[in-house]
Order: sequence, then structure tokens, then C-alpha cells
Amino acid sequence: MKNWLTWRSGQPKRRTTQIINASTLKNTFDRRAVVLGGLQGGIAVLLAGRMGYLAIAENEKYRLESESNRVNLTLIPPRRGWILDRNGSPLASNRADFRVDIIPERLDDPEGTINQIGELLQLEPTRIADLKREVSEKSGYQPIEVASGLNFDEFAALSVRLPDLQGVIPQRGFSRYYPTASSVAHLIGYVGPADAEQYAEEDRNPLLLTPGYKIGKDGLERLFEEDLRGKPGGRRVEVTASGRVVRDLETREDTPGDPVTLTIDGPLQDYAARRIGLESGSVVVMDCATGDLLCMASMPSFDPNSFSDGIGSIEYAMLREDERVPLRNKVLQGLYPPGSTIKPMHCMAFLQAGVKPTDTVVCGGGRQIGNRFFRCHSSHGVVDMDKAIAQSCDSYFYHFAQQIGFEKVADMAKLMGMGQQYPLPVASQFYGTVPDPTWKVNKFGEPWRPHDTVNASIGQGYYLASPLQLGVLAARLATGKVVNPRLLLDGKAPEMPSYNFNEDDMGYIRQAMSNVVNGAGTARRAQLPIEGIKLAGKTGTAQVVSLSVSDGRSGPWKYRDHGLFVFFAPFENPRYAGAVVIEHGGGSGSAYPIARDVMTFMFDPERGLEQLRSLEKQWGGTAQQRLERRYAAYAAERGESVTRPPSRDEEIFDRVEAEARLAAAQSEEIAGDAIVPREDQAASGSPPPAAAITGQAPETSANASAPQTPQTAPPQVAAESQTP
Amino acid sequence: MNSVIPYPIARQPWGMLIPLFALVGFGALVLYSAAGGSMQPFAASHLTRFSVFLFLAGFISIFPRALVRFLTYPAYVFVFILLVAVEIIGQVGGGSQRWLDLGFMVLQPSELMKPVIVVTLAHFYSSLPVGMITSWRALLIPGVLIALPVLFVLLQPDLGTSLAIVFGGAVVMLLAGLPLKWFIGAGLGGAALAPLIFYFGLQEYQQRRVLTMFDPEADPLGAGYHITQSKIAIGSGGIFGKGFNEGSQSHLQYLPEPHTDFVFATMAEEWGLIGGIFVIGVFTIILRWGLKVARESQDRFGSLLAAGMSATIFFYIAINLLMVMGFAPVVGIPLPFMSHGGSSMLTNMICIGALMMVNRWNQDAPRGGISSMS
Repeated sequence: MKNWLTWRSGQPKRRTTQIINASTLKNTFDRRAVVLGGLQGGIAVLLAGRMGYLAIAENEKYRLESESNRVNLTLIPPRRGWILDRNGSPLASNRADFRVDIIPERLDDPEGTINQIGELLQLEPTRIADLKREVSEKSGYQPIEVASGLNFDEFAALSVRLPDLQGVIPQRGFSRYYPTASSVAHLIGYVGPADAEQYAEEDRNPLLLTPGYKIGKDGLERLFEEDLRGKPGGRRVEVTASGRVVRDLETREDTPGDPVTLTIDGPLQDYAARRIGLESGSVVVMDCATGDLLCMASMPSFDPNSFSDGIGSIEYAMLREDERVPLRNKVLQGLYPPGSTIKPMHCMAFLQAGVKPTDTVVCGGGRQIGNRFFRCHSSHGVVDMDKAIAQSCDSYFYHFAQQIGFEKVADMAKLMGMGQQYPLPVASQFYGTVPDPTWKVNKFGEPWRPHDTVNASIGQGYYLASPLQLGVLAARLATGKVVNPRLLLDGKAPEMPSYNFNEDDMGYIRQAMSNVVNGAGTARRAQLPIEGIKLAGKTGTAQVVSLSVSDGRSGPWKYRDHGLFVFFAPFENPRYAGAVVIEHGGGSGSAYPIARDVMTFMFDPERGLEQLRSLEKQWGGTAQQRLERRYAAYAAERGESVTRPPSRDEEIFDRVEAEARLAAAQSEEIAGDAIVPREDQAASGSPPPAAAITGQAPETSANASAPQTPQTAPPQVAAESQTP
Repeated sequence: MNSVIPYPIARQPWGMLIPLFALVGFGALVLYSAAGGSMQPFAASHLTRFSVFLFLAGFISIFPRALVRFLTYPAYVFVFILLVAVEIIGQVGGGSQRWLDLGFMVLQPSELMKPVIVVTLAHFYSSLPVGMITSWRALLIPGVLIALPVLFVLLQPDLGTSLAIVFGGAVVMLLAGLPLKWFIGAGLGGAALAPLIFYFGLQEYQQRRVLTMFDPEADPLGAGYHITQSKIAIGSGGIFGKGFNEGSQSHLQYLPEPHTDFVFATMAEEWGLIGGIFVIGVFTIILRWGLKVARESQDRFGSLLAAGMSATIFFYIAINLLMVMGFAPVVGIPLPFMSHGGSSMLTNMICIGALMMVNRWNQDAPRGGISSMS
């Protein structure tokens, strides 16, 4: 080598003449060939060493990487727990749903593929255009929903063509379903895809990103999210680099979420919501013995099914623009001057303060209080407590409230639940206001004046209450116990301490309230058309604006009086109590017929339904039908055609509709039993029928391709398990 | 040589040919697996082409020296014209076309240029008067001979083949005895120019390939994808591999080009380090034999020819294996005798044929003999 180098670096000029000849060139060749060979050998050793390093030292690392390439873990979203009514029928359930997603990154030919899907699924041209825009904007591995709620034929047609459709992913899943739709919307809420905030809140839970996965967005769906959610399953599949699934490796089933059982009576809720009809208002019905909320209807409302499917901007605009605020739960968040409905409670305050029921005042179309004359709606003459309640004489209350002082009245009101919140699983309930001197000073810095007492004594002025509070008031007054409303049927026997009212006093007030309906009262048309069951109640008319603006009965809707009615039945032994509040109904006449029909339905479903049917014929269909028609008209006005999701075909879901009660009653009749409607209705504290819960989750199997019908316990099972 | 085996068969270099057959057979197995467990479309045509080109090699091996020397320059001119023709057709066709479709295979003239440049330079240096080896003419004319085709190949653009041609030519020049300082100078000059070439000469995608070689994980889904997946395939194979037809990287299409450029990774995944050692071993045997043929040749033309041919094969092997193992940028050079592809098989079998030819010359005139140095 040394020789070679020196020769190389030697003097070329000299070499040309002397040194270079055939044999030196041959030598050069040999030496350099050896070096070249050595170099090649060196590279061979380097390569072998490198390979050994990769294959031995780093084997584990690369083996893992190869596995993570090969195996793809997909989450199987858990089936959401059902929300059941007190009889174990679903108010919110899941139904099998076929959907199609696309993954932009994996589309070979986005335009062509989307056109093809659009043709197969008969998507509207605007939807196809939307999809194309979304795909071009969004490219990535995040799936985009093309369509959901497909029927099986469409799904199958798409699945067959999958090999030609790279990046298109048909999926079987479950979508939330609310059988009675708008009747339960405010109470149950709805579900929807998680937003960025929720995703961050939950530590970037990948489940929330799963296409089609929805979480509770409002109402009970949101509050009981944790219980309802369940645990996701997992599917390990072998995938190619382009994401095509080669085969399943392992599947772990999801754990469905727990059901939540409410005290709500599904058919009653549906009946009440529909009975509100064209009005805007709410109905609360409670079980006096337990405080179970049997019904919390608030109308008008929205369709939680379309909210859960992803509500369109037009439908949302329609709801938002509506002056009847269909997005607000009026049972909890509607505040109204209670008007005369609080008069029986004020009488209880008078009795406690020593006023005798027989004490009278003279009503001459009003009464002089201090130096001012306050009008009554009529001239009642000599008025005792019974007449004051039955005919709602204002003068009586002006006088005795003034006599005992309003602090005592306000204390009683608070004791009876006015201005209070209750321990309920709801997102928000409004307190309302029970005005008293301290409150007024705190609020306005002004002293309490006689006319404040006058106004407050008849439930006007600063007085504000929610329909729920009025329902609770009715129940407490009817029973003389601290009835607390409850919404969850969780088996705990509620405690109900007594107010220790004098039995005679209570009997007197109950009788007076019965006289409102059954005597010479203000709501004689509210009598139940049922032999032997008497409804007791109190009407109320809440003025919204001063008489100078409107007479409260006609003119613009928003200036009309609110119509209120609190009630309980049967009057001798109160079982159910409640309140009906109709916004701007023009007076209590808009409220008590609803209470009457709801209680009729309670005791005699057939007669109740008959009444509803004839009314709905006049109104043009059920609340849901009217809502859908209104939306279609609203959308047509804006040049959009509306296709409603296909109507359901699973009859099983009809069990919470008002008509279901009738069917159940008929089948009992056939069975030869005497009709004892709703005898054990109030048997609260009993766990929901086991069959209804175990059967509540739709069975699935990984390879079944046929649509699954969610399996619920048939109605008879639920009925039987209730009548031991 | 009076055995039962006839002389024409017995005289063949079986020490090289048997490992070569084994390697091609092994290559067919790997291609069988790369096709998802099927002879079609890779393995069958791989074996067919090898058989055809083996006959070609055998045919080349019986060429007499004089004929080869006579045909050398016409062959160079012919291939060069083909190269220009392809470029022109490509320009007219409005895209970069590198091949001519011959029906049974597509031919890349640039591939043919690799052995042709070797034989051309071998002829040139063997005809060059001994004394002139250090003169400027010894550098200039071969330089032009190399530069012309390289220019057209670069225009295609095909960096890998350009480098292969330069490498083959340079090895012949080195072995021909050109002053070493020229090479050292060229090496230093190249090192100095490299950054300039990198920043101004290379296309952006080529720059990225070079950069990712140093840090493939920086962009595992982009430019580094090939190298990353190749290393995963080799590394996950371990010592004994995942088993025949069990390679997930190749079968699930994570490995790019599992049948051509990355065939070694496909093999390594299923056969492990053992398979890798076998392949490297066979290549070592073939290249050692090639150099042995070169050194045994008493004839300057034969020596340079044989050495140049084995250098050409070596270049393929080295760059491909360095690439799949993450030591060289992705340049698109297939692995001889294993990768599926007609042109590279043709080139390599021409090289083998030429080596067998020189080997036959050596056998016919083992010592000293009639070698002409003029």
C-alpha cells in the first residue's frame, strides 16, 4: 500500500517516459482491484451488521410498530341506557340505525365516489354538493357522516359495492329514539355529538370522536349522562395501509348504559302534552302520597328526535323565532303570577293566625283599604271563607291579609313551597318570588305599603311562581304534609313530615276547593265526568299588563291573562294533585278544562282519550303532527323541502303514547278482570319490572347483517309484574 | 475433463451459477409471497425472464474477444441514440418517458447504458497506448463518453441510473490506472460541490429524500414513510422471520414497492436475519467471483471489462441494501436477481454474461498468452 501510494503521488512526467508499462499497469490494476474487493467486503459486513442490529437489537421496537400498523382498534360505542317511565316503558330508547361515513383521506376519487353514493342513497343534490364541499375542506382521517337512518335495502345496496368504494364506511349503530317525541322533549332533553369543549372536558376521550356517537345535551339526558353512557367495547381488526379491514381479530362487546327510571307516567305525560293543544303552557301532576311527578308537560315543544339527528338550521330558526318559546321548559322555568290559585293557601295562613272560617267581610265590588278603594271582579256581598275560595272573592283577601299582616301570609307561602327549589335532578328550576316587607326593602329599598299587601294577597304584584311550585302547593295543601316532588323512581320511601294543620281547618279548605268545582264555584265545568270521583281545585287568572293596555281576554296574544288552575282528586282522599298553567290563555277558563281532562284520563283513560280525539280533530292532529306540518310549511316558505325521517315501524314503542293506556285497559278487560284503572299507579318505591330492564338493550351480534328490532318486554309482562 | 459431463457444461462457472440460481429461486419465493401467495403476477415472470436472460448471458459468453471489441463503439452509439430517442419521444408525448415498449418487456435504454459504458471504457483504455494513461486524453475522452449519456439520463430525470453509469465508468477508470490524485481531487471537488448540487441541482422531492435519510421518523407519513416502513419490516422479522407468506408489512401494503425496490425488506420480514445473511452471502460469492475473473484475466480489456461489470452489479446491490436499511436516500434502484423488473434483470444478466465471457477467455488462454495490450 505504501508503495502504491508513493507511486501514485510520484512524478507523472517521469512515469510517462520510464515507469509505466504493461506490467506496472497490471500491478496497479491488481492492487486497486484488491482495495475495491475489500471495500465491497466491508460494505457486505456493514450491511450484515446493520441488519443484525435492526433484527436483533431493535427487534422488539419494530415488532411493536409492525403490530400497531397491522392492528387497528376501533371503539364500539356503548348502547345508551334507556330512560323509562314508572311502568318500565321507554321514554327514550335506541333503535337500530344504518349509517354511512366517508373518510376524505381515503377517497381515491372524491367526486365520483360521492356521486355514486348519492345515486345509491338517492341523496338530494344540495346534500351531495354539501358533501363535496365538506370533503374538499376537511381532508383527513376524521370521518364525515353522509347519511344515517338508512333502511336496510339502501344499506345492503351500498355494502355490496364496497370494494369499488374506497374510503366509504357503512356502519350499523343505534340512534336515540323518543317515541312520544315533543311530549317529553323538555323533560328528557336530547342527545347530540360532543362539541370541542366537552371533548376537552373529558380528557380527549376518543369515544366522543366516534362518528355517530352522541352524548346527552339537555335535560335528563345530560344530567344522567354518566349512568346512561355505559362502557364502550372494542374491535381489533387487521387493516391494510389503505384502511381496508382484512379480518376481525377480537371483539369485546360494549356494556350498555344503565337505565334511568322516572316517576313519570308515560301515557299521562303524552296525554297532558297533547291536551294542551294549541295553547302554550304546562301541566304538572303529582302523586300526593309519594311526591312522584307523574307528568311534567310543557308545550309547545320541539322534536327531540330531530334534535338528536342533528337539527337543521331552518327548524332551529323556526323554534327560536316562536314567541311561545318552544325551547323553554315552562314547568321549571316559566314564572307566572299565581293569581287566585294561592288563595286557599292564604286562607290556611288566616286560619293559623286565628281567623275563623265563619268570619265575613262585605264585598261591594271591591273594598276600601286605607284611603284607597280596591276593586274585586264582582260584587259578592257577604263573604265567608268558603265563598271567598269558591267564588274567588278578592275583597276577602284584601281585608284579612291586611288584618293579620302580610309577613304571616308570606311565611305560610314559603312553608308551602313557594319561592323554593326542590331536590330534583334537573338542570335549573326558577325560584319565583314570595314578596314580603323585608324582600321589598332589599330589592327596591322601599318600604312595604298597604297596596303591596292588597296585590300580593290575591297572588299578583311581585308574586311569581312556577307551575311545579303550584303543583307542589296543591299537593301540600291537599295532604297537609311536606310533599316533596321527586322524579327518580329509586325505591327510597320519601319522608313526608306533617304540617300539623288542624284537621278541621284542612277539611274546610278542601271542601271549599271542592266547591270551586262541584259547588257554586268558579270552575263548575271542571267537574269530572266520572261517578264518585270529585275534583277539587282553585282557578287563577294572572294579569300580565295593566287594564289600560288590555282587558286580558282579547287583543294581542302576549297581552292576554294567564290562565291557572291548581287541583287535587279525589277530593275526600287526595291521591293526585297538580297544576295547569296556560300562558296568555285569557283566564282560568283555558286551564281547568285541561286539568279536568287530564284527571279524567287518569281515572278513565277511554273517556279521557275520547275527549282528546275530538279536540285533536279540530286542532288538526296530535301535537307532533302539527309540529311537523308547521315545520314543513315554515321550510317551504324559505324554499327548502323537508323530508322527515321514515316513520317508525316498531309498534312496541307505542306503549308510552296516551293510546297505550287504553290498549292496556282493553287487554285487561279481555282477561276478565274488572277495570280497576291505575289502582297501583302510585305504588312507588317498587323497582321497575325486571323484565323491562333486562330486555331493554337491543341484542346484537357482530356478524348479523339484518336490522335488529330492539327487544323490549312486551306490555303484558310489564303489566303483570305490577299486579301481585 | 473426461468426466460424463460434457465439456461445454462442465466448464461453466458453477461455483457462481448455483448460488445465483438459488438466489433467483429465493427471489421468486419472495415475489410469490409479495403477490399475496401467488405465482402471478411477479414470481412467474421473474423466473421466465431469468431463464430467457440466462440464455442471453450464455450467448454473450461465447462472443470472441475480437467481435466484442468490434461491436463496442457501434453498441455505444446505438444505445446513446436510443437514449436520445426516448428523451425526444418523452418530450413529444408531453411527459417523462424512460422506456421503450418492446411488447414482452419494457426496455429502459439507460439500463443498457450501464454495461455498455463499462465495455466502452474498457475498450478505450485497453486500446490506449500505455504511456498515455496519465495524459489528459486518458481522462477527457472517457469523461465525455460518460458525460453524454449521463446528461440525457439526468434529463429524464433518473438520478439513480446516472449515478450507476458514473460509478461503473469511474471504477473502470480507476482500475485502468489513472493517477489516484485525480480521483482524490474529484472526490474533494465533489464534496465541495455537494451542497451546491443539493440546493440547486436536485429537485425538491430528491432533497427531501436525502434529508429524510438522516431522520426518517421526522415525517413518518410523508417522505420518511418508505424508509420507516422498510425498517419496520426488517426489524420486525427478527432472526428467523415471521414465516413464509406471513409478512404483515408487505401483505397489508404498508411496505411500498414490496416487489421491486423494497423486495429485500419483504424478504427480511418473512425470513429474518437468516434470509438476509443468505442473500448478502450469495451476492458476496457472485462479486468475489467477478473480481476473481477480472484478476485472472491476462488481458487488459478482459480485466477492465470484468471488473467494471462486477462493479455495476455491486453498485445496484450496495445502494439498494443501504437504502432499505436506512443508510442511503430512496433513489429507486432495484435489487439484482430478486426485484421484479425486466430492465434491471437484463442489465444484470448482461453483466453476468460478460463476466462468463471473460471467464471463458481466461479458460481458453489461461496464462500470459495472446493478450494484446495495444
